[in-house]
Amino acid sequence: MKKLIALMATLTLTVGLFSGCAKQESQQPQQPNKPQIRIGLATDEGGKGDKSFNDAAIAGLERIKAEYGIEPQIIESRSADDYEPNLTTLAADNDLIFGVGFKMADALKTVAQNNPDKKFAIVDSVVDLPNVASYVFKEEEGSFLMGVIAGKMTKTNIVGFLGGSKFELIEKFEAGFRAGVKAVNPKAKVIVQYANTFSDVALGYEIAKKMYNDGADVIYHAAGGAGLGLFNAAKEMKKWAIGVDSDQAVLVPDKADVILASMIKRVDTATYTAAKAAIEGTFKPGTIVLGLKEDGVGISKTINPAVPKEVIDLANKYKQAIIEGKFTVPSKPSEVDSFQAPQI
Amino acid sequence: MHSITISLFVSLIAATLRLSTPIIFAALGGVISERSGVVNIGLEGIMIAGAFFAVLGSYLTQNAWVGILFAILAGMGIALIHAVLSINLRADQTISGVSINIFSAALMSFLLFKIFAREGQTDGVTQLSYPKEFFKSIPFIGNLLAELNWFVFIAFILAILLHLMLYYTPLGLRIRSVGEHPKAADTLGINVYKIRYLCVLLSGAFAGLGGASLSLGATNLFREGMVSGKGFIALAAMIFGNWKPFGALAASLLFGFAEAFRIVAQGFGWKVPDEVYYSFPYVLTMLMLAGFVGKTTPPAADGIPYTKGER
Repeated sequence: MKKLIALMATLTLTVGLFSGCAKQESQQPQQPNKPQIRIGLATDEGGKGDKSFNDAAIAGLERIKAEYGIEPQIIESRSADDYEPNLTTLAADNDLIFGVGFKMADALKTVAQNNPDKKFAIVDSVVDLPNVASYVFKEEEGSFLMGVIAGKMTKTNIVGFLGGSKFELIEKFEAGFRAGVKAVNPKAKVIVQYANTFSDVALGYEIAKKMYNDGADVIYHAAGGAGLGLFNAAKEMKKWAIGVDSDQAVLVPDKADVILASMIKRVDTATYTAAKAAIEGTFKPGTIVLGLKEDGVGISKTINPAVPKEVIDLANKYKQAIIEGKFTVPSKPSEVDSFQAPQI
Repeated sequence: MHSITISLFVSLIAATLRLSTPIIFAALGGVISERSGVVNIGLEGIMIAGAFFAVLGSYLTQNAWVGILFAILAGMGIALIHAVLSINLRADQTISGVSINIFSAALMSFLLFKIFAREGQTDGVTQLSYPKEFFKSIPFIGNLLAELNWFVFIAFILAILLHLMLYYTPLGLRIRSVGEHPKAADTLGINVYKIRYLCVLLSGAFAGLGGASLSLGATNLFREGMVSGKGFIALAAMIFGNWKPFGALAASLLFGFAEAFRIVAQGFGWKVPDEVYYSFPYVLTMLMLAGFVGKTTPPAADGIPYTKGER
């Protein structure tokens, strides 16, 4: 009896380990008459359904599926240790393999070197190999527009930036945002704080509360799950927040009333473009940068009714100026101080 | 200027209390389990279950108190696995605890997908209502009380109750004797297994509450990874507090303070790398351990399975 219970307990716990893997899709394309390429994608730990980065990447491949009937093979990574095995698995069965997220760069590099006959694409980082296309974004350009909105909406002349961890990537958000605020409201001060976590919601809440207590009335975040805490603090203290990566007013509907707008990163544009190129035989390795001009970043569809039309128009004017190349948005925090925005 | 200093002080204390609360719950859970002789490394996993089920309960009934009840029951449910494995089956308690952490995290992701039909995070649910305005009207400490939530109060009350239970009731004496010398307790007619079951289940209830304080206290949703190691910090707080309820309470407050202080200190604008701030909680722990805390002594039978009738 005891052995039976022990066995059952062991089984339950072991099966639990695999529950994360239950949703893999591994359908092969059904049209054998047409020579088709096969596409695989590995997510980072955010996984499918993060309503953000990974989901957007998959949405791009959904468009490919609708247009070309190619069913992608998608594997979720549960931890950083999964990246390499997952990519290797995908490389065995597919012609084009996507790695989503800058954290996968090292793993993708190794796997791409081991499979020189396969094509790879990485989103959000650069891997310099002859069979890899790297898609990166000009987050600073989208963040600049958020800075314009924040700079115009602040009444206290103090705005906040809540970053996840201090990576070069997240610093691009900070630099663009600060430059945007500076362009429309040079008197405004930007409080910058990094949480050193993308997952601790409670910590994000505390940092946001601290910033609001210090007088900030608009806070922009690039902090993943920690940013959810920001929305809670904004709601509690009746202040403004700005979302990131995707249209967060839609994703977090109960906080939509405190979200002014969101900076969206069109990861779907990246995966769609890469897959389409591979299908049509125009796939090129190298670095592809997606900015405002390429519709790689932008302002969310949902904009809070509290934002006056003049402010939206102003943001759009700056957007046009950036697209036309009238000025370059700084991508490093150290460049913001010397940045001079043209009068628009 | 004077009022600014005071408000900074108040917000620092309030943040300390809020950040400590989940750790206090889980650390108290650790205390009661280990006092009876069962090591509970699974606190982190139990907190994850508590955080998820709290949101689920509130989501299903629009009542956050039901959410808390769900969290307690879910915590006890997970703890029951640990109890069976480590008390009846005499499994290695560390391994059982670790597997519970992995199992619980995976199970909650799975349930999240099944029940909410989405992954990563749930929608926002009804939070505990808190009479902020009422507390604000209290003189002197009103500003501080208004910044808290019910979980903070519950955590402190539980710490006091646990202290009274352990040191001033026959049951507490039994629990401590089972943790120190189960054989002696057994000879005196105390049911060692029963006491240990009770304590492990209680520790599940406590850690489940700790999870609820994260998902219904600071915010109103569950997100994967939101517990982010607080269960392990609670274990440290328990050891740090010398396996005593008030010790664990004080240690948890210290961890909370270190975290709150680093948030405030980052705003001072000192020209030091951010990593210095991030290391505050750890440096503080080491300093305290090295300088102020004497030798900590775990219960003598902690982690050793008891076999009735064995010589």
